[in-house]
Amino acid sequence: MKADTLAPRLPQIEEEPFYRSIADEVALFEAAAAQRLPVLLKGPTGCGKTRFVEHMAWRLKRPLVTVACHDDLTTADLVGRYLIVGNETVWVDGPLTAAVRAGAICYLDEVVEARKDTIVVIHPLADARRVLSVDKRGEMVAAPDAFMLVISYNPGYQSVLKEIKPSTRQRFVALDFDYPEATVEADIVAREGGVDDDVARRLVKLGELTRNLKGAGLDEGASTRLLIHAAQLMAAGIAPQSACRTAVARALSDDTDMADTLDDLVRAVF
Amino acid sequence: MTSSGQCSSAADSAAGSRRLFGEELEARLDAILFASHSHRSATGIAAGLESLSRAQQERLLHWVAVAAQTYAEIGYLIVTLAPQAFGMLDDAGFDAWALAGLDAFDRAGARAAMALLRDLEGFRAVRGGEKASVRFGEIETRLSRFVHALSGRLLGLSASIANSSWTDSETIYLPPQLDSQPGAEANRKLYKVLAAMLWAQTRYGTFGSARIDLAAALAPWRESADRQRALRWLAALESMRLEAKILADLPGLGAEIASARGLWPASLAAMQSHLYRPDATLADTLAVLAGCMHGHQDAPHLPHEVTIDLEAALRLRAARITRDQATLGRAIHALKGSAGRSGQRAECAAPLAAEGGVATEGPLEDALALPPEALAAAQSLLQDLGEVPPECLVPAGPGAWQATRRQAGGENLDSQRDPGRLYDEWDYRRKAYRRDWCHLYEADVPAGAADYVETVNKRHAALIRQLRRRFEMLRGENRLLGRQSEGEEIDLDALVDAMADRRSGVEPSARLFCRRIRNQRSLAAMFMIDMSGSTKGWVNDAEREALVMLCEALESLGDTYAVYGFSGWTRTRCDIYRIKRFDECYGPAVCARIAGVEAKDYTRMGVAIRHLTQLLLRQSARHRLLVTLSDGRPDDFGDEYRGRYGIEDTRRALQEAREQGVRSYCVTIDRHGADYLSHMYGAARYTVLADVKKLPLKIAEIYRRLAS
Repeated sequence: MKADTLAPRLPQIEEEPFYRSIADEVALFEAAAAQRLPVLLKGPTGCGKTRFVEHMAWRLKRPLVTVACHDDLTTADLVGRYLIVGNETVWVDGPLTAAVRAGAICYLDEVVEARKDTIVVIHPLADARRVLSVDKRGEMVAAPDAFMLVISYNPGYQSVLKEIKPSTRQRFVALDFDYPEATVEADIVAREGGVDDDVARRLVKLGELTRNLKGAGLDEGASTRLLIHAAQLMAAGIAPQSACRTAVARALSDDTDMADTLDDLVRAVF
Repeated sequence: MTSSGQCSSAADSAAGSRRLFGEELEARLDAILFASHSHRSATGIAAGLESLSRAQQERLLHWVAVAAQTYAEIGYLIVTLAPQAFGMLDDAGFDAWALAGLDAFDRAGARAAMALLRDLEGFRAVRGGEKASVRFGEIETRLSRFVHALSGRLLGLSASIANSSWTDSETIYLPPQLDSQPGAEANRKLYKVLAAMLWAQTRYGTFGSARIDLAAALAPWRESADRQRALRWLAALESMRLEAKILADLPGLGAEIASARGLWPASLAAMQSHLYRPDATLADTLAVLAGCMHGHQDAPHLPHEVTIDLEAALRLRAARITRDQATLGRAIHALKGSAGRSGQRAECAAPLAAEGGVATEGPLEDALALPPEALAAAQSLLQDLGEVPPECLVPAGPGAWQATRRQAGGENLDSQRDPGRLYDEWDYRRKAYRRDWCHLYEADVPAGAADYVETVNKRHAALIRQLRRRFEMLRGENRLLGRQSEGEEIDLDALVDAMADRRSGVEPSARLFCRRIRNQRSLAAMFMIDMSGSTKGWVNDAEREALVMLCEALESLGDTYAVYGFSGWTRTRCDIYRIKRFDECYGPAVCARIAGVEAKDYTRMGVAIRHLTQLLLRQSARHRLLVTLSDGRPDDFGDEYRGRYGIEDTRRALQEAREQGVRSYCVTIDRHGADYLSHMYGAARYTVLADVKKLPLKIAEIYRRLAS
């Protein structure tokens, strides 16, 4: 039996993904990339982590491989596996291996969701060795300089079972993300959602009000992403109150009391 | 068929709708009233009832009969007043009126009943109001969240004793009931408007700013009557200024306030150009106020009138400012200790005016470096003072902030002494432990009603089924799934089949792999239940129901868990009550103990946390979780544990737990929330339940989120 390999093609990002820089995160990321350091992005959901990575991939002109982690993610899912095709076994690179070979940025989104034994395979890639061991082929793939590992997680999740082990997190340069300050966020909402500045400001105000309720009935306040969704609905001709109710209030909570409160907040802003 | 049906219904309706004539009425009334020895005759009054519809006549006769059984004189009064009553009230209203009269007789005798029945006008007014009135309890949950969202810092909500609305700047007091508006919806809106106006008082600086001392500004009007008039004017003028502020920040809410307000009264309308502007400040209000006080007019009444309790507001505000400044100062001190550069930057930062922009700029640019409680303090200061004064940005002296290292090895597990066990306690004033300070005794909860758990199970059968299903989904099994399209290993059986298929010319299946799904749950959970005296009543009921739900859910999940209650009376008698041990199964004995959970004495939390942490540490699970459930701040008999001491000790105990690898999660039932929580639970995560009735529903959900 001859082992062929199937290597997925990794396209470059052609168009600049919109990203509004908040502080010095772009410079930090570039420095980390130049120094071949892996990066950990921390922040609440929908605050722009994924968009940031896309933007940086475009800026650094490297392909981007994104893996959304989940609790059934196995090592084989990341590294690759043999498939039987016809009468032969064929090796297929997993996304991580493909990214290593191509010198791409590999982005493991919500890495805490992945199984602990899976996470361990990234350890040798995330320190000075920079190699990926592909056990099944008995192969050590050395990462080229262009390869970069980026992981993200949301520290707001409250599960005790889901925290990154120190041995993992201490390999990374950590960048903190949060919802941008009001004026910047309004800018982003206006631009991404296609609404005027006044509407964007009101949406951001609504976001602020819901974030005040974090821990007092809500697990998380409205993310920038939700606010953009509301703006997009409005841009498509939906009335503001109804757009906010659909995109923000109902998306945040199933609790009827909470929904009433959120409706009150929507009405207070629009 | 059809014709006979029509016939009979026509006959029915004729009999039903034909009015009774005077004589017929008189006869029936006589029967009712004379039967009960009335000395009056029905002759005169029966004639007056001829004009009523048959339905009304029957309704009246019914009530007269009912009343006559109690007291004939009341029946007689109802008859005489009936024509008038039917003119003013609908049918349901008439029933309510008659019933109210009888109630009054039962409660306060004939005279009160007569008076009530005669006062038809008053009854109608009350009844109209009842339909439209909204009670504080109905809107509390919704409104308190609304206010919480608006304010960002804790602003409680409470029913005031008087019928007025005011705030002491930490709690908003609203009337227990509102009925001034024509409909219930309008009254609900009015509640919201009042709460918003009071929130605005605290948010937009009605009680002064860093530059304006309100007490001094009001000093010229010292005399009681004058002072009251000045405060009324201040409230009225501020409603105008604040409305403009709200309109700028929250246009929707501003519009609602404007519509509740209606037209400005003439005496206020003149001030509009000064005050109805988003850039007007308290200084403008005070300038206008001086003019108003020159005249002799009193402040006009507004539909959404709020009052100002100056003394209470200023006192609490001053205390809060001192506290926030101290917190911020300590944080900056800590910051400066760790990174001198950023500390200096904070020191040099210029004061920032909060009017307009909320605290996202200026001296808080070091936001990321400040711990959350300091950030909250800074935000709070911005709201109170309008700026963070530069003196607050100077580090405080070496304060209580810096968590000092524990001096020695901690509790001695082997210090088991008869009869109880001794635990250290943290004294924040000494910054040291008090050695062997608390005497801890463990005992079983005495068994309660045997059928309690069963009753709860029955009552919440649907919910429990749902919980079980949800938790079963979490349950991981160690198993191998064969014939998968992908997986770690080749499934040999499937491969052989496929080969065979291929040889025989059949298309082989591509599902040739097996995948291992591993049971990774290794979690021991300890639940610590508040059994202090303050849980008496519904909190205790909710706790017990919550325990039943929790046990049901955890049983289906298969996690190791234990449940203990805690209470106590001073340091020499800290009690831990066993409800379920780790090595016990959920059976009749545990059920009986759950039923026996009852409110006992006090809440000395620190020692309970320490003891249960030790029990938890003996479990071999990879993850250990301590969930505490309490109904407010730690407290014990005497003054010692109350207040800061208890909060600091609890905080310390949670930190120790964390250092030993026990994660904690705290659930607090506290209707008004409180700002000590984030400090006390510093090392733990927590949630605050405003509504205790939700506890049974929420507790399993909280655990699911923690452990999945």
